[in-house]
Amino acid sequence: MPIEAKQIVLAGADKRDLTQLSEYEAIGGYQALVKARGEEPQAIVDELKTSALRGRGGAFFATGQKWSFIPKPEANPNPHYVVINADESEPGSFKDNEIMARVPHRFLEGALITAYAVESRHVFVYIRGEYTGPYDVLVAALEQIRERSDILGDVTIVIHRGAGAYICGEETALLESLEGKRGQPRTKPPFPAIQGLYDSPTVINNVETIATVPAILEMGGTAYAELGVPSSAGTRLVSLSGHIVNPGNYEIENGMSLRAIIYDLGGGIPEGRALKAVIPGGSSTVVLSADEIDVGYDYDSLAAVGTAMGSAGVIILDDRCCMVQLGIRVSEFYEHESCGKCTPCREGTRWMTTILRKLEAGDASLAELDLLISVCDRINGKCLCPLGDTAAQAVASYVAKFRDEFVAHLDFRGCPFGDESPLHNVTAPVAQHFHHPTVQVPG
Amino acid sequence: MAVDFDTEVQELAAQYADSRSAVLPALRLAQERHDGWLPPEALEEVGRALGLTPAYCKSIASFYDMLHLQPVGQRMIEVCTNVSCALVGAQQVLEAFERELGVRAGETSEDGAFTVRTVECLGGCGWATIVALDERYRTRVQPADVPGILEELRNAD
Repeated sequence: MPIEAKQIVLAGADKRDLTQLSEYEAIGGYQALVKARGEEPQAIVDELKTSALRGRGGAFFATGQKWSFIPKPEANPNPHYVVINADESEPGSFKDNEIMARVPHRFLEGALITAYAVESRHVFVYIRGEYTGPYDVLVAALEQIRERSDILGDVTIVIHRGAGAYICGEETALLESLEGKRGQPRTKPPFPAIQGLYDSPTVINNVETIATVPAILEMGGTAYAELGVPSSAGTRLVSLSGHIVNPGNYEIENGMSLRAIIYDLGGGIPEGRALKAVIPGGSSTVVLSADEIDVGYDYDSLAAVGTAMGSAGVIILDDRCCMVQLGIRVSEFYEHESCGKCTPCREGTRWMTTILRKLEAGDASLAELDLLISVCDRINGKCLCPLGDTAAQAVASYVAKFRDEFVAHLDFRGCPFGDESPLHNVTAPVAQHFHHPTVQVPG
Repeated sequence: MAVDFDTEVQELAAQYADSRSAVLPALRLAQERHDGWLPPEALEEVGRALGLTPAYCKSIASFYDMLHLQPVGQRMIEVCTNVSCALVGAQQVLEAFERELGVRAGETSEDGAFTVRTVECLGGCGWATIVALDERYRTRVQPADVPGILEELRNAD
């Protein structure tokens, strides 16, 4: 790697096999847990507040503050739960996969510290069903500490496998799924901190957030808060994929420039091609054009240009890519994954796909391009959870930033890129039951 | 077999404050025991073990992509065609499987050996194209790898 990166979450994993308990203990593993248990739970929550750690799943909520919402056991006698969201399914994001596969003990240590801080004895890890590899690693790691009462204490950790549903990454849908129901989001309030799993106080954190906790206890919240930039303390695992020379996960200090991430860490665009667009935080985020990448990769800087870090999945698109085709594929994803509870999302995502397909085929009019934006507006802000919002915002951003290209589909009466674009005629799951790429879609 | 299944499901259920939480792992277990899919009797078995109706079990199974309510081939081949994989040629990988097996995405080969389908992002975008073979990821798959993969799966039987 050309740049010396500060490693917190993946620290030590390049030199040692940290899936082994002995190796993890050899670098001081589980000592942060011992330290935490020597203090009052409230002191741990305060330390997290001092660290300014914010949730790494995408919503960026302050972790210490979230923990402080959990009532004290005397105020709410129900069992308290720690639920870890390992349902990583955001297109472009694969960081939690690597964290669980390479530093499972750091992750489990973070989970145990979290349980201590919120006075819980029950930890559930909701891992997406497809992650068989990381699941096996976690099960093996858990087996290694099974007999270690000095580590586990009186806490039980259950690893619960999902079964294929993006929406279960939304925290209340995840709770529904964990309760053995269809994964459809709940109305909020009540918030999970008060009525979460089994109507009991529940803290829900992302894998990376949890895996950061031991380091914060080791170095102290103040030292952690000095890493990165003020709005975004600490490090972040950035997942680089698409048209990039060196795809993979890179742990960076927040605030590094997006250009440096792409060109210095990622090695730039393959085959000497030109950069066209960057999806900065998973497919749910607003796209950036090639001239917008001189921006810090942190919460405030990305917000200033109208987008977000999301789950830190950075997808790089070169100049062959058709943005209408990108819109189709992204829209099809959300159409497929909409849980069906809210009408604007369930029906709207389908309409987005339909209109985009007409545009791509050259059968649309300018009025239908306006209709697409209208449909996006009618989804955005009108549903229980952010799934539909993000689909609408992402696709609307392709039109806003590449409008000439959308209009060219009207003028050209078809796609100017055609099969030169790698996103041409891709068979999405939502489509495969109804038609085949070579078959004309009706309507 | 039925007793074993009930015992195993009860052990799963014991991990939760409410046994209904075990419905996903129980359905997965039932699916493994019924050639990779959930016929009506599998839904009944899960329902009986957890005190749920078969209809409830079906309402769960129909929500999740990895639970199948139709028969599938002996081996499941799932090609991720989400954006990151598509950018580096996932569609060509899918078409290579379709061509080799004479099926279209979502179908099972005539001999019942393979089901090929596309799936949404598998969370391996940095190692694209990802193909899940019976839920085990194969990374950086190229169209040229496809005949070899099929050969390997056939020989593994």
